[in-house]
Amino acid sequence: MLPETLSARSPRVIAVVVFMLLLAAVPLISAAIGQSYYVTLVTRILVFGLAAASLNLILGYGGLVSFGHALYLGIGAYTVGILSFHGISNGWIHLVVTLALSALVSFLTGLVCMRTSGVAFIMITLAFAQMFYFLGVSLKQYGGDDGLTITQRSDFGPLFSIQGNTGLYYLALGLVAATLYLSWRFVHARFGRLLLGTKSNIRRMRALGFPVLRYQVAAYVISGCICGVAGLLLANFTNFASPAYMYWTVSGDLIVMVILGGIATIMGPLVGAAVYVILETVLSAYTQHWMVILGPVIVLIALLANRGLYGLLLAREPSDSGSGAP
Amino acid sequence: MTWNLLVTQALNGLQFGVVLFLLAAGLTLVLGVMNFVNLAHGSLYMLGAYIAAAAFARSDSFIVAGVAAVLGTLLIGVVVERTTLRTFYARGHLDQVLATFGLILFFNEAVRIVWGASPVYMRPPDAFSGTIELLGFTYPSYRVLVIVVGLLMAGGLYLLIHHTRVGMLIRAGATNAQMVSVLGVNIRLVNTLLFGLGAAMAGLSGLMAGPIFSVQPGMGDNVLIAVIVVIVIGGIGSVRGAFYGALIVGVVDTVGRIYLPLLLRQVAERTVADAAGPALASMLIYLFMAVVLAVRPQGLFPARR
Repeated sequence: MLPETLSARSPRVIAVVVFMLLLAAVPLISAAIGQSYYVTLVTRILVFGLAAASLNLILGYGGLVSFGHALYLGIGAYTVGILSFHGISNGWIHLVVTLALSALVSFLTGLVCMRTSGVAFIMITLAFAQMFYFLGVSLKQYGGDDGLTITQRSDFGPLFSIQGNTGLYYLALGLVAATLYLSWRFVHARFGRLLLGTKSNIRRMRALGFPVLRYQVAAYVISGCICGVAGLLLANFTNFASPAYMYWTVSGDLIVMVILGGIATIMGPLVGAAVYVILETVLSAYTQHWMVILGPVIVLIALLANRGLYGLLLAREPSDSGSGAP
Repeated sequence: MTWNLLVTQALNGLQFGVVLFLLAAGLTLVLGVMNFVNLAHGSLYMLGAYIAAAAFARSDSFIVAGVAAVLGTLLIGVVVERTTLRTFYARGHLDQVLATFGLILFFNEAVRIVWGASPVYMRPPDAFSGTIELLGFTYPSYRVLVIVVGLLMAGGLYLLIHHTRVGMLIRAGATNAQMVSVLGVNIRLVNTLLFGLGAAMAGLSGLMAGPIFSVQPGMGDNVLIAVIVVIVIGGIGSVRGAFYGALIVGVVDTVGRIYLPLLLRQVAERTVADAAGPALASMLIYLFMAVVLAVRPQGLFPARR
C-alpha cells in the first residue's frame, strides 16, 4: 500500500490549506463572537491531534501497534511540571529536556519492544506506559496521585509568549502544521517507504538486506519525541502535570483518534482528534455517564471505520488514491 | 519479626499469584487458541467481584455468591462473545484491541451506574474470617482458602487440557484451527466454550479477590496490566507459563514492595531511599519483564507446539 500522492493543485491540497487557515482564524472568530471557550476546545484538539499524528507515524505507516503512547505525553508534562517546580521556567530548556528524555526512553523501551511483534508488542508497550504511570503516582514529592500544579507556563522569551491562551493556541497550531507537513515529507521519503515496507512484509525487507530494526527504532524515537512535545503543550494548556496523562486509557484514546480519523493518512489523526474531543465534550455535557455511550461507539468504530473519516473522503476521490504513482 | 514478615509476605505473594493465574490462564488460552486479544478480560473479573458482593449481601451465603459470580460471568462472557467479539476473530489485533477497549469503558461505567462510584465492601465468609496457625505462623484463613482454591483450579485445568477430549480439541485448535474444523469439529462451539471457561475463571478470581481488595469500578484494569506482564513473562499461549509467571509476578511484586525500600535504606541515604523505594518497587515487575524479554523474547515457558 503506497501513501497517498497528489499534485500541488489538487482539490485536496486546497481543502487542507483552507482547513488550516480556518484553524488559524479560530481565536479571531471566537474573540469576535465573545466565546473564548472555543479557543480552549480547539487547543485541546490540536494537542491531542499532535499526539495522535505522532502515534500514526508508527501505527499507521510502520504497523507498530503501540498501546503506550500516552507515556510520552506524561514525559513532556512532567518535564514542564518538575522543572517549573524547581523554578526553571525557561521554555527552551523544557523543550530540550523533553526531547532528550523522550528520545532516551523511546530508544531504550523501543529496543526491548522491537524484540517482539504482534500481540506481545501491544502488551509490552502497554506495560511500559503503565510502569511510568506508577512511577508518576509514587513521586510523592511531586504530588503523587494528585498530580502537580504548574504555576507558570513555559517561558519562551520575548519572541513569543504562551502565557495567554491565544499564544499557546498558535504555538500548538504551528507545531501541528509543521508535524503534518514533515509527516507528509517523511512518508514520501526513502525512510517512510522503508517503514511502509516493514509494515506490509517485514521478512522480505530483512531478506532484501535492510537493517529493519534500526529503521523501526528510529521511527519509534521520532514518534516518541513528537508526542513528548505534545505532552509539553498539554501541561502548559492545563497548567497541570498528572499521572492520569499516562494512564492506559489515554493511550487507547489516541488509538481511537487515529483509527477514527483514518489510519495511515496525514490529516486523519487531526480529524479523528477533533471528532473524538468534540464527541467527548458533547456526551459529557449530556450525561455524567457518557462513557457508557462512548464504549459501544468505540466498538462500532472498530467494526466499521476501516479507513476512517478522512479515509472515506479519500476513497470518494477517483483520481488520486487509486493510481498511487509516486 | 523479619522471618515472620518474610513468610507472611511470601504467602501474600502466592495468594496474589493464584488470583493472577486464574485470569492469565483464560486470557492466554483465548490468545493462543483464537489469536484474539481480549483486553476486556479484566472487566469480567470486576463483574465477578460485583456480582459476588451483591449476591453475598443478599443471601448471606458465600457458596451462593460463588455460584452467582461464576455463572454470571460465564453468561456475560458467552453473550458478549456471541454478539460482539466473534466478529473480530478474523480481524487484525488493532481492531480487537480497539473493540475490547470500548467494552472496558462500557463495563466500568455500567458498574458505576448500577452500584455507584464508591467501593463496595465484601467480608470474607464467616467460616474463614479468623486466622489459622500455619507452621508456627498465624495467617488469615481466608487467604489460605484462596491459595488452596487457586492451586486446585490450576490442577483441574491441567487435567482438563491434557487428559480430556475437550482439552485435546483446545490444544489441536491452538496448533491449527482450520484443520480441526475440516476434521468435522465445530470449532466455533469450542471457541465459545473456551471463552466461557476463561470468563468463568475470571469471575472466580473476582469472587476470591473481593474480600481482599476493594470492589470498585475499574478494579479490573490494573489487574489486567499485571496479568499481561504475567503472560509476556510466561510466554504467550502457554498455560504452564501463565502458572509460573503468575507466581513469580505475585511474589516479586508483593515482596518487592516491602523489602526494596528497606534494602535501599541500607545502601542510600534515608531521604533518597524513601523517595526512590516505592517508585522502584512499583516498577519492579515491569523491569523484570523488560529483562526477561531482552534475554528470551518468547517468554520463560513458551507454549510447546
